[in-house]
Amino acid sequence: MLCDVCGKNPATVHLTEIVDDQMSELHLCEECARKKSSQMESQFGLSDLLAGLAEFEKPAAEEKELSVAKCPNCGLTYKDFKKIGRLGCGECYATFKKFLQPLLKRIHGSSTHCGKCPVPVKTAAGKGPRKKTDIQELRCRLQDAVQREAYEEAARIRDQIKELQEKEQQDKGK
Amino acid sequence: MELNDLLKHTSEWLKGSGPNSNIVISSRIRFARNLEKLAFPHWANKKQAKQSLDSVEAAIANVEYLRKSTLFKLADLDSVDKQFLVERHLMSYEHAQKSDSKAILVDGEEIVAIMVNEEDHLRIQVMQSGFNLFEAYNIINRIDDCLAKELVYAYSPEWGYLTACPTNTGTGMRGSVMLHLPGLVMTRQINQVLAAIAKLSFATRGLYGEGTQATGNFFQISNQVSLGRSDTEIIDNINGLIRQIIEQETQAREALLTQNRPLLEDKINRSFGILKSAHIISSQETTELLSLVRLGVDLEIIKDINRRAINELFIITQPAHLQKMENKKLTQGERDVTRAELIRTKLSQGS
Repeated sequence: MLCDVCGKNPATVHLTEIVDDQMSELHLCEECARKKSSQMESQFGLSDLLAGLAEFEKPAAEEKELSVAKCPNCGLTYKDFKKIGRLGCGECYATFKKFLQPLLKRIHGSSTHCGKCPVPVKTAAGKGPRKKTDIQELRCRLQDAVQREAYEEAARIRDQIKELQEKEQQDKGK
Repeated sequence: MELNDLLKHTSEWLKGSGPNSNIVISSRIRFARNLEKLAFPHWANKKQAKQSLDSVEAAIANVEYLRKSTLFKLADLDSVDKQFLVERHLMSYEHAQKSDSKAILVDGEEIVAIMVNEEDHLRIQVMQSGFNLFEAYNIINRIDDCLAKELVYAYSPEWGYLTACPTNTGTGMRGSVMLHLPGLVMTRQINQVLAAIAKLSFATRGLYGEGTQATGNFFQISNQVSLGRSDTEIIDNINGLIRQIIEQETQAREALLTQNRPLLEDKINRSFGILKSAHIISSQETTELLSLVRLGVDLEIIKDINRRAINELFIITQPAHLQKMENKKLTQGERDVTRAELIRTKLSQGS
């Protein structure tokens, strides 16, 4: 049996569709089946779902603000995000903060990170040490390391916290 | 290392050992990481995409831990090569679609794989055989720390690691466990179990990850929440859930054995028989029959072949693997013949 779509390759995928009680059968080759399945996916993808979640309870004033919001770093607009369901760069998170906060909360049940943070960058190739390693974050990491029984790592983090605390004390003293 | 060298051995995660390896095939952790300021791959223009690939490539070269790994640029690979990597679970189907400024790093044992410019700039994955998420976590954590020393990650103290899709924001971590659950399928309890998993906000996927169907009684279970919980907490939650599923699968297998042993033995040995004697066999039929043979090995109904050999057959009977081994393009019809021949040879060799 040949593929119903291209008529060239042997049909290996057999699709049964039921629309309004009408059953139709489609016999496809591997390639056409793949095309068909990506069509079906794009009809209702993750982007719709995310945008749908964000649509919820949004005041009109905010709507207007968002419709003109554009990331200064990468140029992604709110409209783009709604269409593709992906952000354009790390900076977008700051640009669309107001709108992302409730979205993240809805997806994850929380909108505050807890857990790992990056170790400082080694060389000037980056931008020197990371500006904001706050103590709260380190405590979170410490707890994490202890739970994993990664004691060497925990000791390192503990020292980092101590160092930061001492520095804070000194800054206050000045 | 050449890509074809991977053909010569079995991936570490397929060795069929590790905790609970009668039910758990493998454990995998992946981290999504991005570079500060640079546009995410889907939004980047050609120049930006190349810039992120170059930065990552330079960073990897500085990481001692990854010295023995090889970076393959997807532009240098043909479609069979790419499918081969997908079949070995080293990269996603999506990653194989477009090649521009994309790469994949693989280590010789296939424990570590890093996709560059997939949905995020970096998708780091570590795989382990059996039920072993923490071991995978310890390895990936080390690699991540080494890379963070070289690259400035997109990160905010409030929201953690910033990713292209908000569903990965936070830890950027996904832990997943591949389970073989023929007992729950045969005793028709699987739908109940899957419904319960979904309620607890975990995701279930098929053998090849996102968007694939569950064939051969394989189910991949992973966390969906990545923000607001620490890495360890997320892993603990997955572990707790997996332990319960293992318990239920074990009970289901015992029930099958005690209630109707002849029927089970018949099913398993018939599957074994077909695999040992077929001359034409599709990939799907192979997966389904191998699943039953694997159960037979687990329950010691089949004794003359080991779990590792069965695990390996699941992978090497896939289309791109057959074509790599034969070193030529094969049509579907030709593959079905080659596959049957390979299975007959492997099973007659025993373990």
